[in-house]
Amino acid sequence: MSDDVREVIIIGSGPAGYTAAIYAARADLRPLVFEGSVTAGGALMNTTEVENFPGFPTGIMGPDLMTNLREQAERFGAELVANDVVAVRLTGEVKEVDVPDDTGEGVTTHRARAVILATGSAYRELGLENEKRLSGHGVSWCATCDGFFFRNQHIVVVGGGDSAVEEATFLTRFAESVTLIHRRDALRASKIMQARAFADPKLRFSWNSEVIDVLGQDKVTGLLVRDVTTGAEQTLEVTGLFVAIGHDPRVELVRGQLDLDAEGYIAVRERTTLTSVEGVFACGDVVDHRYRQAITAAGSGCAAALDAERYLASLDDSGSGEKPLEAVLS
Amino acid sequence: MSASHAVTDATFDQEVLGSDKPVLVDFWAPWCAPCRQVAPILDEISAAHGDKLTIVKVNTDENAVVVGRYGVTSIPTLAVFAGGELVKTIVGAKPKPKLLQELSTWID
Repeated sequence: MSDDVREVIIIGSGPAGYTAAIYAARADLRPLVFEGSVTAGGALMNTTEVENFPGFPTGIMGPDLMTNLREQAERFGAELVANDVVAVRLTGEVKEVDVPDDTGEGVTTHRARAVILATGSAYRELGLENEKRLSGHGVSWCATCDGFFFRNQHIVVVGGGDSAVEEATFLTRFAESVTLIHRRDALRASKIMQARAFADPKLRFSWNSEVIDVLGQDKVTGLLVRDVTTGAEQTLEVTGLFVAIGHDPRVELVRGQLDLDAEGYIAVRERTTLTSVEGVFACGDVVDHRYRQAITAAGSGCAAALDAERYLASLDDSGSGEKPLEAVLS
Repeated sequence: MSASHAVTDATFDQEVLGSDKPVLVDFWAPWCAPCRQVAPILDEISAAHGDKLTIVKVNTDENAVVVGRYGVTSIPTLAVFAGGELVKTIVGAKPKPKLLQELSTWID
């Protein structure tokens, strides 16, 4: 146990976590940030060009954007630790956060008066038995990591949103053909992404379709695909499957401790980052199923730091942690 | 940068399959972000358990023969070889406690 009670601990390190860190550090709150041991930088670490983050007229690579945000947080004194939070205890005036110790066998507990959750989201899986079995042998969730291995091959991307279309377009650099399988008859992706996809000669579309099985002994050799309107099934001979059907909020740390909304995201009070527990704030993809952009995540990270700052100031003013939420909000 | 020893198509059979000690092969590439993130964890495991488990790296950009032989299509892939046989495959970057648990057979 660390004796020191910090002002604020930030869990997560995407655009939301790092922006919260920048603001909290500039407010002299000495934030301690648990970035994640293998997930530091968040989802943007596995992307290529980010074209829509304001302030970068010619675009910026996702990993470069995250490196910049990280450096900016560090410049103002945020303490950044590449470790994974394994448990939290959020009630009461002093919150506790456990991370694995150096041996990887025990835990070290850190304490703070406020906690900002920016844990983001995790790739959603199709939920097929053979999808798991053939993961790493043709089934992938990371086009930028694995696209290279599918040079001159026929592959499939499942999904219809921005990330699916971006992955499909990226993968045509390597693959002989990319078939985008989508269960609807139109894409959800932004118009500019769609236009790019429709103009790509290597990209094919399989509308109103879903993957119902992944075929192959040691590696993917094909997919069983069903037409959702007719029910007709057919086998598609491909060697790669990239799954991009969306994300689920990473709420496992706080399940049972914080209220979640109807869709399983951390519930926050309208127009703020206040959760159901005092002194606990949430931002980024773990609260947002509506916008889910790097810039909105960064914006909500800023809001979380400001909310935390006001909360901590209110504790100091009142001399106790009993101040009602309304007083903090006013 | 990682301190782990690099193995190539030319040296794989001798250094990995021919090793007396179990060998963990880290299949990686310089452009893969999760590979860069798991590398320091592997260095720590190597420092603590190097007497029982040798950790080496194979750059997948430069060693197509080995990559093809073991059907690696996702990186990082961590593959454990003992007595010349592939005995364990871990796909994707995992936190240290999880890796220690998955590797416990060879390091405890």
